[in-house]
Amino acid sequence: MIEFLKQPWAWYVAGPLIGLTVPILLIIGNKSFGISSSLRHICASCMPANIPFFKYDWKKEVWNLFFVLGIFLGGAIAINLLSNPAPVEVNPELAGELTRYGITDYRSLIPQDIINWQSLFTIKGFLLMVVGGFLVGFGTRYAGGCTSGHAIMGLSNLQLPSLIATGCFMIGGFIMANLILPLILSL
Amino acid sequence: MLQNTDANTDLAVRSLDAICVNESRLEHKWYHNLKYLVVGIFFGIVFVKAEVISWYRIQEMFRLQSFHMYGIIGSAVITGMISVWLIKKFNVKTIYGELIRISPKAFNKGQIYGGLMFGLGWAMTGACPGPLFAQIGTGATVVGVTLLSAIAGTWVYGRIREKLPH
Repeated sequence: MIEFLKQPWAWYVAGPLIGLTVPILLIIGNKSFGISSSLRHICASCMPANIPFFKYDWKKEVWNLFFVLGIFLGGAIAINLLSNPAPVEVNPELAGELTRYGITDYRSLIPQDIINWQSLFTIKGFLLMVVGGFLVGFGTRYAGGCTSGHAIMGLSNLQLPSLIATGCFMIGGFIMANLILPLILSL
Repeated sequence: MLQNTDANTDLAVRSLDAICVNESRLEHKWYHNLKYLVVGIFFGIVFVKAEVISWYRIQEMFRLQSFHMYGIIGSAVITGMISVWLIKKFNVKTIYGELIRISPKAFNKGQIYGGLMFGLGWAMTGACPGPLFAQIGTGATVVGVTLLSAIAGTWVYGRIREKLPH
């Protein structure tokens, strides 16, 4: 059983399990699935700075912080108890392209050649981690949600704004991955 | 143990956000939140085991080199749609007996501008907000910097939100 669980899970197993989070959160407490709002609650609780956007009763939303703490712990459990020793399998075309940028270490799901503490102090690492992270935080709040809040929860509830947002997430991602990221990785 | 609160005065502020409008009017002791911790743990494990947190999987998705992420998001959405439809059809209640409500989302231009910005960041970091937490859990401590930067991005958005087109 454990050996079976250690293999990478297929999309048709993982997708429905992720989708089930929507009714589970609704049934156990009337909560709409969303993750990026946790970043807002962290701002509201730690540094509201009298900004109206952060002046609300964040304690009522503390469930969301418990949820993301769980995601963090889930990551730790999966890597320690259910980890797969084989290298990450990647499309050969992608692997070929990444080799040109010096990315050859497939031991982790996160490419350690570019995402590490030393690289953080290079232009490439700064762009990928600090600028990239900033865009994630700013963009999700501006859009009012991320992949979970819009793409999964919003589409599950047949919301047109969520479809527009999801389309824009994908357009942004396609532009970055195909047109801009090759330049950054070449730095 | 349970206590009904008056009309939710925060709803106006929190509704500025299209997502995560907490519909519950009930107040519980803090340990009721442990349920969400458990759901989060289950969710984090799925994220790692299905390689949703993989930088490589995100690159494959945006280069149309793999069906994996499309399959996951697509089947998650279908599962969610069926669940929400069933909940509405049968007026399913929460375990506390409250009627389940889901706020509709209103359109504003932020979904376009912000959506594009998030898309750019998603392909750079190889992670949306959920996977960031799971990646740190797998021991990639440097991703903590990415998370702090995302929190800073959220804060700056809140700071300049009145000046942005919506």
